Amino acid sequence: MFKHFLNLQWKSFFRASSFKTEIWFKILMIFGALYFIAVFLALGVGSYFMIEKAGWGDPLRVVNKFMIYYLVMDLVMRYMLQKMPVTNIKPLLYLPFKKSQVVNYSLGKTVVSFFNWAHAFFFIPFSIVLLVKGYSPIGVIRWHLGMMALFYCNNFINVLVNNKNVIFYTIAGVLFVLGICQYYEVFDITTYTAPFFDALYDMPWTAFLPWIVLIGLYLTSFNYFKKNMYLDGGLATKHTEAKTEDFTWLDKYGKLGTFLKNDIKLIKRNKRSKTTVIMSVLFLFYGLLFFTGGIEAYENPVWKIFAGIFVSGGFMFTFGSYVPSWDSSYYPLMMSQNISYKEYLDSKWYLVIIATVISTVIGTFYLYFGWDAYLAVLVGAVYNVGINSYLVLWGGAYIKTPIDLTSNKKAFGDKQAFNAKTLLLTIPKMILPLVIYAIGHYTINPTAGYIFVALTGVVGFAFKNWVFKKIEQIYKKEKYKTLLAYKEK
Amino acid sequence: MITATNLSKTYGAQTVLNIENLEIPKGESFGLVGNNGAGKTTFFSLLLDLIQPTTGHILNNDVQVNTSEDWKPFTSAFIDETFLIGYLTPEEYFYFIGELRGQNKADVDALISNFEDFFHGEILGQKKYLRDLSKGNQKKAGIVASFIGNPEVVILDEPFANLDPTTQIRLKGIIKDLAKNNDVTVLVSSHDLIHVTEVCERIVVLNKGEVVKDIRTSTETLKELESFFAG
Repeated sequence: MFKHFLNLQWKSFFRASSFKTEIWFKILMIFGALYFIAVFLALGVGSYFMIEKAGWGDPLRVVNKFMIYYLVMDLVMRYMLQKMPVTNIKPLLYLPFKKSQVVNYSLGKTVVSFFNWAHAFFFIPFSIVLLVKGYSPIGVIRWHLGMMALFYCNNFINVLVNNKNVIFYTIAGVLFVLGICQYYEVFDITTYTAPFFDALYDMPWTAFLPWIVLIGLYLTSFNYFKKNMYLDGGLATKHTEAKTEDFTWLDKYGKLGTFLKNDIKLIKRNKRSKTTVIMSVLFLFYGLLFFTGGIEAYENPVWKIFAGIFVSGGFMFTFGSYVPSWDSSYYPLMMSQNISYKEYLDSKWYLVIIATVISTVIGTFYLYFGWDAYLAVLVGAVYNVGINSYLVLWGGAYIKTPIDLTSNKKAFGDKQAFNAKTLLLTIPKMILPLVIYAIGHYTINPTAGYIFVALTGVVGFAFKNWVFKKIEQIYKKEKYKTLLAYKEK
Repeated sequence: MITATNLSKTYGAQTVLNIENLEIPKGESFGLVGNNGAGKTTFFSLLLDLIQPTTGHILNNDVQVNTSEDWKPFTSAFIDETFLIGYLTPEEYFYFIGELRGQNKADVDALISNFEDFFHGEILGQKKYLRDLSKGNQKKAGIVASFIGNPEVVILDEPFANLDPTTQIRLKGIIKDLAKNNDVTVLVSSHDLIHVTEVCERIVVLNKGEVVKDIRTSTETLKELESFFAG
């Protein structure tokens, strides 16, 4: 029986269209995976020594202190990215399998997921370092096994809460608030949670607790799925109640308003686009890495511009880069309707610009790090509006990946998003402003650097009509190829 | 209204459509029949400039469709679900199409009120997005949307497929009404010979991309078509 399941899984993996990618992309992916494994390994081996060197105290205790954040972050990541086991159950329902076998198989599938074993790259080397450093072997093993159970608990919690957005946003919100409270030393959750993680090491019997919870969670999920294995039960696709929205205030902008209305609905009502917005909010905080001096490599003044571009341009890069693809599921409609490319591109451009302005306004909190920091954000915004907004739309014409709006699959990159043309376009997007700034900074002074970058943006803005004509021509040229590519889901 | 000249479409060595000359006068209700792979959808896609012809061209009201976009204001179509925007409610979708075709809300409301029978209470006010409707109901919404904005050319690919019997009968009525109007050219493709002979004045049979029959509909047409397809 199990053999059949494995066989199906094997085929679904190797016959998936995503697997049949170009060879060089596979190599790139392997390198990417190796890189992350290396980072985790380095962290696992190195964190002990880093903490020791920094003099924060007993490394195990320090890791335990922040473990609660690690666990909750893990849960959030899982919620956003981990695929649910219910997919592909449907065809198995009427075949001669016992229901409990099907449920065990699908839950078992989540156990071997990347989201579980990725943590091993941190925990195994860290535990080994602890052992080498003379921690009690039994304690370390208990701690290690206890942690393992906790991450598997996350696995099943995620299975149970999946698609319950309220729970997810509450958890994420609470985490955020607690983090801020801790930073400003108002309230420190870790003083309450750390003893528990410490106990795993200190007290022998506590290591059983996570395992008992884990078994409980497994049984709960098992029963839940077994009970709900009906097409109109747990396997039904969830329908949210639709509400007709008018946004009549956009009517006065004519066709532009029509498209903007549609784009707002697109962003509000689809999982994939919502994830994009969340990601672009995260970009807002990217600058903190630079301006707090958290990372030594970013101390060079030129990097400030890099930060500024990302702080204001998060949405531009995450949403704008995929511009025609957002409409991929109904592109033939758009192409046969009474729409000119100019109007279509214009509306996307305005959307991206509005988001950039909003990001720049929210980014005022960088004033906390001084005028210099916020100036970098402002200058970055001007460059984004004047130059990068065109470049993302231009690059979009070559990204012919259909987007499935209702799923988060591929939300973090796609093979076709990395073709030679889009890679080439990142040079003017990211590197050119750094070069321009560097010229001003090193030949005259930092202010001149800012002025140069901002001027480039203003000049770009002045050429909008001309640039749009060029982009329009590219979209027209690519139209048939794009239509064909969107057909191949 | 529509003229195809020397029109062909080739994928590799395979010619999927080859029409030397086809003329569809204004106001005609035109039916296209043929087996799977006969080239019906290819012809419609060429008509909407969704694919490029290998040779030849199509003129729609004297506008060459693969070079100019001026055919768009007076042409509308429903080919498949890629003509629907899944995350909109049917009402929002109708208004969106309406706005693109220069119709205000009241115009659109007036038009869709004529189709309440056809919708059978399953489209409007359902608190559902188009993507959550059944295939048949999606089709109803798509077909009605193609009537918005007084188009002069309406293209419907397989409109009868997936519809329940009551709706099929009502759709036949709607297409006949539309065809009565001498300003509207209706192009319909179908696998259902009975439906198509009932609603179309003229029927063209495609086989492996070639026009093999071009018939003015009469009482004998159905027999003739059946004997042709029986082989």
